[in-house]
Amino acid sequence: MGKKKKISKKSKAKPAKKSKALHFQSPDGITTLGQDWFYSPTVKEHFFKPRNFLTNTSKTGLKQFNGTGLIGSAACGDVMRLWIKVDPQTEKLKECKWQTFGCGSAIASTSMLSVMVTENGGMKVEEALKITPQDILKRLGGLPARKIHCSVLGDKALRAAINDYFRQSGQLERVRGEGKKVIDKVLGITDEDIEHAVLEGAKTFEEVQHKTKVGVHDKACVPEVMQLIHYYRRKHFNED
Amino acid sequence: MKEIYLDFAATTFVRPEVKEAMEPYFTREFGNPGSMHSSGLHAKQALDYAREKVAKTINSRIDEVYFTGSGTESINLAVKGVARACKRAGKGNHIITSRIEHHAVMDSCKDLEKNEGFRITYLPVDKFGLINLEELEKAIAPETILITLMYANNEIGTIQQIAEIAKIAKKHNVLFHTDACQAGYELSVNVQELGVDLMTLNGSKIYGPKGVGMLFVKKGTPIVPIIHGGGQEGGLRSGTENIAGIVGFAKALEICQNAREKEAKRLTKLRDYFIKELFKRIPDIMLNGHPVQRLPNNVNVSILSIEGEAVLLKLNEFGIYASSGSACTSHDLEPSHVVLATGVPFEVAHGSLRFTFGITTNKKQLEFVLKALPPIVKELRNLSPVKLTLKDIEREIEKQKALAASVKVG
Repeated sequence: MGKKKKISKKSKAKPAKKSKALHFQSPDGITTLGQDWFYSPTVKEHFFKPRNFLTNTSKTGLKQFNGTGLIGSAACGDVMRLWIKVDPQTEKLKECKWQTFGCGSAIASTSMLSVMVTENGGMKVEEALKITPQDILKRLGGLPARKIHCSVLGDKALRAAINDYFRQSGQLERVRGEGKKVIDKVLGITDEDIEHAVLEGAKTFEEVQHKTKVGVHDKACVPEVMQLIHYYRRKHFNED
Repeated sequence: MKEIYLDFAATTFVRPEVKEAMEPYFTREFGNPGSMHSSGLHAKQALDYAREKVAKTINSRIDEVYFTGSGTESINLAVKGVARACKRAGKGNHIITSRIEHHAVMDSCKDLEKNEGFRITYLPVDKFGLINLEELEKAIAPETILITLMYANNEIGTIQQIAEIAKIAKKHNVLFHTDACQAGYELSVNVQELGVDLMTLNGSKIYGPKGVGMLFVKKGTPIVPIIHGGGQEGGLRSGTENIAGIVGFAKALEICQNAREKEAKRLTKLRDYFIKELFKRIPDIMLNGHPVQRLPNNVNVSILSIEGEAVLLKLNEFGIYASSGSACTSHDLEPSHVVLATGVPFEVAHGSLRFTFGITTNKKQLEFVLKALPPIVKELRNLSPVKLTLKDIEREIEKQKALAASVKVG
C-alpha cells in the first residue's frame, strides 16, 4: 500500500505532463514511454510475487474455506478459481485464496483482488459484492487497453464464491441473481458489464468485446450484446 | 544480465558487414537515383549493383527483381497487383491460399474477397501444418488466377513442397506466389529450382535492415501497382528508392544464401537436441508443426495448463526472449490461427511457445534455457486451476474430429 501512495505522490508532482501524454498515444493505443516494464509496477509486483494463491488443494487443505467460485474456461485463455473464508459473525472475508490460468495481467489482477478483500481485517461480503473490474484496475495502476478484459473475471469469481458461501450457510434468500442477467454463458459476463463498457466509451460490438471479452467463445450471445449496446447508448448518451 | 535472444523469426539484428555496406548511402552517397547529376548517378549505380546481386542470388533476370518497403508490402503487391491485373484482363477471380498464411496474405485475400468480388479458397492443413497437394489441385477451377502459399511457416516452421506446388500451378496455367520471408536464411530461394512466378523476401528476417522488401516477378506476369507516383521500379512501386536499405538487403541475402547449407546443418542439430531435452524435462508438452519438414531454427511447443504470455514474462526476467501464439500476445482475442489450423484445441494454442534460433545461438544458451524453463512451468502450473494432460488433449482432438465428420455426413 505504501508503494501505491508513493506513486500517486510522484504523479501529483507533474500532473499536467501526465494528462498531456494521453494525447500522444501511438496508433495502437499502447504507450511504453516512461515505463520500464510491460505493465505498471504494481502489476509487475503481483505477477512475480503473487499473494494468497492456493497450493494445497487436498481435501484437508480446502476444509477451512466456506465458499468457492470458478469462472472462465481454458479454451478462452482465462480460468479463475477463488476460495473464501467468511466469518459468519462479522460477515468479513478472512481469507481469499485463488488459482488462475491466464496471462500476466490475469494473474496479477486475481492477486490484487485477494488483497483488496482481505486487507484491514477483511471486507464485508455486502461490500465485496460491489467490487467492479474498474476497482481492481484502479488498484493495479491500470492495464493497457487490450489487456483490460483480463481483469474482468475476478469480480465474477468473487461473486460466485460469495453466492456459494450463502448457499453453504443456508442463506438461500441472499444468493444473488443481482438483477443482473448473464449474457455470455461461458465467461459469465452480465448485462451490467456491458453497460459499464458502454459508459466507458465503447461504441461498437468490437469495442465492447475488447473491454469485456464478451462473445469470444459464447458466439450465440452476440446478437443480444448488440441489442444491449444499442439500448445502453440510447439510455446514457441518447444516441443510436 | 546476458540476453539470450531466441526470437529470430520475429526479426534479426543487422549483420555488421551489412551495416558497413549500407554506411556510405546515408550521408555521403545520398543522391536520388532519378537525378541527372553525378550524385544521382552514384545512387543509381548502387541500386543497379544491388539488383544484380539479388538476381544472381535468387537466379533470376535482373529486370525481375523489384524492391519495396517491406515483406508485407511485397505480399500486398503480389496478391492485389496480380488479382487486379487479371480481373482487368477478364481472366477470372479465384485465388487459392491456406489457413496458415501470414496476416499480410490472409488479410489481403480477405479484402479482395470482401471488397473486390474475388472468391478465395483457404486450404486446410494437416496436423503437421502441411497442405495436401491433391486438395490443392482439386481446388483449381477455370477461373483460378493465383495460388499464394508460404514457403516456410513463421510460427510452426513447417516447410511446404514449393517445387511440387509450382508444378501443379504450371500444369493448370495458374500463377504461383510464395511468401519466402522465413526461408531466406536457411532454405534455397533459387527461383528456377522452385519454379515460382512471384516470390516475396524481406530484409528484417535475414540480418538485413528493416523497411526493405523484395518481390520477384517473372517476366510476363500480369501485375499492376498498388502504390502510384514517380514511376520508380519500372512503375510497379513508386517512391524514392531506399538505397541504403536495398544495398543492405542485397548484401544480407547474399551472405545468408552462401552460408545456408552449413548453417542449416548446425541449427538442425541444435533444434533436435533442444526439442528432445524439452520433452525430457517438462511433462505434458506437445510439438507444434512437423518433426522433420521444419525450419532448422524453429521450435514451437505447447505447454499444457499454462498460458504463453505468463511464460514469456517469466523468461524475460532471465533475459530469455521468445514468443507465443497465445491470445494475450496477439492484437485480437483469439490465439494463433496457425496453431489452431493444425487441429489442436484452443487451450493448446494458448500455451504455445516459440523459440527461433539465429546466427548467435549456441548450445550453451540453450542449456541455460533448458535449466530456466522447467521451474517456471512448474510455478505457473502450481498457480493454475487447469490440470490438463496429453490424454485429455488427445481425447479432445478425437471429439473434434468426430464432430467434424458428423457435420460433413449430415
